[in-house]
Amino acid sequence: MDLKSIFRSTEFGIFIAFIVLCALLSLATPKFLTVYNISTVMRQFSFIAVMSVGMTMVILTGGIDLSVGCVLALVNVLAALFIKKFGVGGGIILALLSGTFVGFLNGLIIDRLELPPFIVTLGMMNVARGLALVITKGWPITGLPSSITFLSEGSIGSIPVPGIIVAVVYIFGYIFLSRTVWGRYIYAAGGNEKATWLSGVNIHIIKIMVYTITGFLCGVAGIMMTSRLSQGTPTTGTGYELSVIAAVVIGGTDLFGGIGSVLGSLIGAAIIGVLQNGLVLLGVSAFWQKVIIGLVIIIAVAGGSIRRKLSRRTE
Amino acid sequence: MDNEYILKMAGISKAFPGVKALNKVDFNLKKGEVHAVVGENGAGKSTLSKILTGAYKKDEGSIILDGKEVELLDPKHSLNLGISGIYQEFNLIPNLSIAENIFLGREPRTRSVFVNFPELYQNAEYFLKKIGIKKKPQTLVGKLNVAEQQMVEIVKSLSLSSKILIMDEPTSALTESEKNTLFEIIRNLKKRGVSIIFISHIIDEVLEIADRVTVLRDGGYIGTLNISEATPDKIVKMMVGRELKNFYPKEKLKRGEIVLEVKHLTKRDKYEDISFQLYSGEVLGFAGLVGSSRSEVMRGIFGIEPPDSGEIYIRGKRVEISSPSEAIRLKMGFVPEDRRGEGLILTRSVKDNITIAYLPWINSYGFVKQKDEEKITANYGDDLKIRATSYRQMVRDLSGGNQQKVVLAKWLATKPKILILDDPTRGIDVGTKSEIYSLINNLIKEGIGIILISSELSEIINISDRIIVMREGITAAEFSKEEANQELIMHYCFSGEMEV
Repeated sequence: MDLKSIFRSTEFGIFIAFIVLCALLSLATPKFLTVYNISTVMRQFSFIAVMSVGMTMVILTGGIDLSVGCVLALVNVLAALFIKKFGVGGGIILALLSGTFVGFLNGLIIDRLELPPFIVTLGMMNVARGLALVITKGWPITGLPSSITFLSEGSIGSIPVPGIIVAVVYIFGYIFLSRTVWGRYIYAAGGNEKATWLSGVNIHIIKIMVYTITGFLCGVAGIMMTSRLSQGTPTTGTGYELSVIAAVVIGGTDLFGGIGSVLGSLIGAAIIGVLQNGLVLLGVSAFWQKVIIGLVIIIAVAGGSIRRKLSRRTE
Repeated sequence: MDNEYILKMAGISKAFPGVKALNKVDFNLKKGEVHAVVGENGAGKSTLSKILTGAYKKDEGSIILDGKEVELLDPKHSLNLGISGIYQEFNLIPNLSIAENIFLGREPRTRSVFVNFPELYQNAEYFLKKIGIKKKPQTLVGKLNVAEQQMVEIVKSLSLSSKILIMDEPTSALTESEKNTLFEIIRNLKKRGVSIIFISHIIDEVLEIADRVTVLRDGGYIGTLNISEATPDKIVKMMVGRELKNFYPKEKLKRGEIVLEVKHLTKRDKYEDISFQLYSGEVLGFAGLVGSSRSEVMRGIFGIEPPDSGEIYIRGKRVEISSPSEAIRLKMGFVPEDRRGEGLILTRSVKDNITIAYLPWINSYGFVKQKDEEKITANYGDDLKIRATSYRQMVRDLSGGNQQKVVLAKWLATKPKILILDDPTRGIDVGTKSEIYSLINNLIKEGIGIILISSELSEIINISDRIIVMREGITAAEFSKEEANQELIMHYCFSGEMEV
C-alpha cells in the first residue's frame, strides 16, 4: 500500500479526527493527557473495543447484532458462577464457551430460518438479559477470588492488561479479515451475497461464523467485566450494543455491508472512549454527555456518507 | 398534413458509455395508429421508448408533439403531456384494489382528507367498462393474473387521458387467448383516437395488429413499412441484414469426447425433457427468445436452481449438482447474465474478484497464498487485457466491458473444463465483444467445452459449432453450423407457424 492510498483511506480520516479530538481535550484540561487518565480510558473502553471486532465482521456481512451488551452480562454472571464452582481457569473457559454458544445460536437462527438479524438478536438480547436476571434472581454474585482482578487492574510493564487483550484481539481480527480465506468471504458476502454463492462459497457457514465470533468476543469482554467488577452483575453492559455499533460505524464500516475494517472500528471505539472521558473531565453532566455523543455519531456517519458521495462524483 | 401526425421524432441519438444506443433515428406516429417498432435485442427499441417516457434524455434530435416541439424532462412530464408507457414489469401495488391502483395519488376525496370510496369505485368501473374488462374495481391487484394486471395498467393510462401509449413487448407473458383480448383492447383504443407504439420482436403479432412497422438495427433506423407491403421475410431481412464475418474469428476444430451430457432435464413450469451433449473443443450455442428458459436450464445444471428431475453426466459419470460449489469442483464455470447482480462483488478489488472462486486451491490452513494470488491475477488480468489503474482498483469503477472480463477471468482462474456463458457480450462495446470472441476461440483450442447463450442471433450463428433452439421450455430444433442461418433459427424461435 502506497502513501497516497493511506492518506485517502477512510481510516486515516477518522484517525485525524481522533488526533484533533485528543489535542482539543488536552488543551481544555491538563488532566486529560496523563498516563493515569489514558490507562483509565483503556480499561473503561476495552469492553467496547473487544466486542467491536466481532460487530465489524457481522456488519461487514450486512447483518447486525443487538445482543452483545446482554450477552456480556450473561457471560459475566455465568463466569462468576463457574469461577466459584470450578476455579478461575475452568470458570473462564466455560464462560467463554457459553458466550460462543449464544453467538452460534444467533447465527444458526438467522441463517437457517432466514430471519432478519435485527429481530433475532433483538430477541436474543432479551433472552440473555432475562437469563442473567433469572440465574441471579436480580442480585449480584459476589465472593470471587481476588486473583481475577488481574485481568482488569493488572499491568504488564506499564501497559494495562485490558489494553493488551484489546491489542491481541485486534491483531487477530485484522489478520483474520485481511489474510484468510474466510475474511475474504466475509467481505465478499457483504458486497454481493448472490455472486459470492455463485462463486462456490458456502455463505451459510460464513454467516454463522461471524455471529459465533461475536459471541466469543462477548465472552472475552464478559470475563474482563467479571474481573473489573469482581462479581457477577446481571444489569451490567446496558446500552453497550449501541456504543459498539457506534464505534464500528464511526470507524467507517458500511451498514449495508462489504466495506470497512477493524482498524477503523478500533479508532471508532477510541473516539467514543476519549470523548466520554473528556466530557467527564470537563465536568459536563451525564445527561448532556448522552446528547453530545449522540450528535457525534450522527455527524460521523453523515461525514462518511458525504465522503463516499464526493469520491463517487470525482470518478 | 401536420395534423395527421401526433408525434414526430427526427434525428434522435443517445449514447451510453461505450455504446451508441440510438443513432439519428426518425420515427413518427399518426393519430389513432398502431405503429410497431421491431428489432433484435440491443437494436435500440427500448431506448427509444424510454426517451419518449422521459426515463432517458436524448443527446440530440427533435421531438414534435401535436405540432409543438417539446423537451421531455422526466417521466412525470411525459405523463402530463399524454405519453404513457406500459412495461413488462408493472408498477402496480399488489395489496391495493384495482380502483386504488388506477387512481393512486389522485383519489377522489371527501373533506380533502378521506378517500371517497364510492366515487373511486364508480370512476374505476367507468374506465373498466370502457375497454371491456369484466372485473370488480374492488378486486386486489395481487389476485389478478399477468394479463389482467396489464389491463389495469392500460386502464390507468386511459384515466390519465393519454394520447400515446407505448407497449414494450406486451404479449411476452400472455397466453394466446389473453393476447387476443389485448389485441381487442388495442383495436378499441385505436377507434378512440389513441395512438399506440407497439414494441415487439414477434413478427406474426406485428403483422396482425400494426398499421405500420419501423425496423431498428444496432441503434440505427433501417426503414418504415406500411403493413400492406410488409412480409415476414422482408422484416426479418431488415432486422438481421448485417454482415460481420471477420468480426468473428471462429475456427473449426475437431471436437473431442463428450464432457457434459444432460438427459431429460425437467423443472416444473420452466423447462421439460431437455437432453443434449457437449463435446470438448466445441461451442454449443443456445438460441431462443426471452422466456424460452435457456438460462434456467443452464442455471439448473450449475446447481443454482437445480432441476426437479433428469440426469447429468460429466465425462461419462453421473453427478448430482445441488449448489454452485459442487459444480465448480466438477470443473464447471458459469458467467451469469446479470453481471452486476450475480457476477461481481462491486465493492471489492479486481484481484479479490478474480480469485474468489479459486481461493480453496490457493491457501494454506486458511491463509491466502498471496504470491499465488498476485500471479493468477496478473496472469488472467493481462491475458484478458483488463484495463484498470491497478488490480487493487474497485470493480465498481471499471467499464462494463472490463467488468465482464473480470468475471471471465474469475472462471478461467478455476481452470474449467466446461464453461457456460450466459449472454456474455450483453451491453458491451464492440471492441471488447471481439476480444471475447477471440478468447472463446482460444479456450476451445485448449479443449474446453463451451455453452453459449446469446440474445444476438448473429453471434450465436458465427461462434457456435452447433446450435440448439429452445422455445417455451423445450428444445425445438438443433442445427450444425453449416445448416444454420438466421431466418431458419428465427422460424424455430417463434411460434413455428411462420412461412419461411
